[in-house]
Amino acid sequence: MKLIKTLTGDRDIALLVGQVLRTGVITASAIAFVGGVLYLAKHGADSIPDYSTFTGEGKEYTTFSGIFRGLTTFKPSAVIQFGALILLATPILRICFSLIGFAVEKDRMYVVITLIVLGIILFSMFGGLKV
Amino acid sequence: MNILIFSLILLAGAYVAGLLGSLTGLGGGVVVIPLLTLVFHVDIRYAIGAALLASIANSSGAASAYIKEGITNVRLGMFLEIATTVGAVGGALIAVFTPTNTIAILFGVVLIFSALMTVRKKHEHALQEGSRLSYILKLNSNYPTPQGEVSYKLQNIGGGFSIMLLAGVLSGLLGIGSGALKVLAMDGAMKIPFKVSTTTSNFMIGVTAAASAVVYLQRGYIDPGIAFPVVLGVLGGAFTGARLLTVMNPKTLRYIFCAAISFVALEMIYNGLHHQF
Repeated sequence: MKLIKTLTGDRDIALLVGQVLRTGVITASAIAFVGGVLYLAKHGADSIPDYSTFTGEGKEYTTFSGIFRGLTTFKPSAVIQFGALILLATPILRICFSLIGFAVEKDRMYVVITLIVLGIILFSMFGGLKV
Repeated sequence: MNILIFSLILLAGAYVAGLLGSLTGLGGGVVVIPLLTLVFHVDIRYAIGAALLASIANSSGAASAYIKEGITNVRLGMFLEIATTVGAVGGALIAVFTPTNTIAILFGVVLIFSALMTVRKKHEHALQEGSRLSYILKLNSNYPTPQGEVSYKLQNIGGGFSIMLLAGVLSGLLGIGSGALKVLAMDGAMKIPFKVSTTTSNFMIGVTAAASAVVYLQRGYIDPGIAFPVVLGVLGGAFTGARLLTVMNPKTLRYIFCAAISFVALEMIYNGLHHQF
């Protein structure tokens, strides 16, 4: 514990959080870029889908299992959606790192506050709110 | 028009959106939605999905730099995120029952408000006497300035928290970061120095947007063909903007941009009233 503390002072935790945010964004955009290139190589010459009427994406692009299944076959749209998932995960990961930071500082009140925020986000992920 | 051309135009548009967004502090989402709906006639629901991704990319990119400088108040951000995430999830829920025209009109109103907030005069003094709650919650802090560390105190935590709740609802409903409202809560109600307000707001936007974006992803609002040019373009633009900020003073640009944004907002309201969405 002492080692963690010397490694991760208050300031270092903040820097670590900054690093997480940057790495997440760069990874997500790199994946979206690869997906985009694959998508354009395959569909670039097709005419654009009718975006003026909302139909919504199918299960293959809106569920974890669907996206991962598409990923195994290098389906361009699934690769892009995977990039979007990484992007969505970045701020959530940031909360997790802040949680560790407050725990190391033994700041109980902020551990609880951070857990509340994390709980709300997990509720929106798994609470069946898609309607 | 084929997909290649559509993607390239969208990429360029998103780049400009990110550039202007980071130079003026309005975030990329406010340009992405009018661009998609008014220019490309994309359904506003797809536009909201894309704008949320743009907001997260923008916020996470910028926030990492500000944290390094030690201006962001991380505790304050975390505490207020309780309000914004509850609001965002709530906003995403009521979005289903809100007609798209109403969303467009509301978006226009928020846009004009944001533009006004951006050009208004800011106060830059640090409060010396904080409220009782600000001590209990350990929200008082300090930040670096060219003249050395300046410590500041907070007041009216309840008022700020309520405005944050509203900011969250609008963010969830419209797909934008609603940074202007977040700054109003911190700088206006809680009397935090402006620089701390803006950076902490930026820091919070990603989490607020992620809370509602998960719901939207599951609902099928995030289309891969629109998402990738928007995310890459906004991010590239924001990156360039952050570099430009160190060599130029965007004051004039801010006024021009806010006038343009207000014009776009009126168009959104007009189209919304005439049921064009």
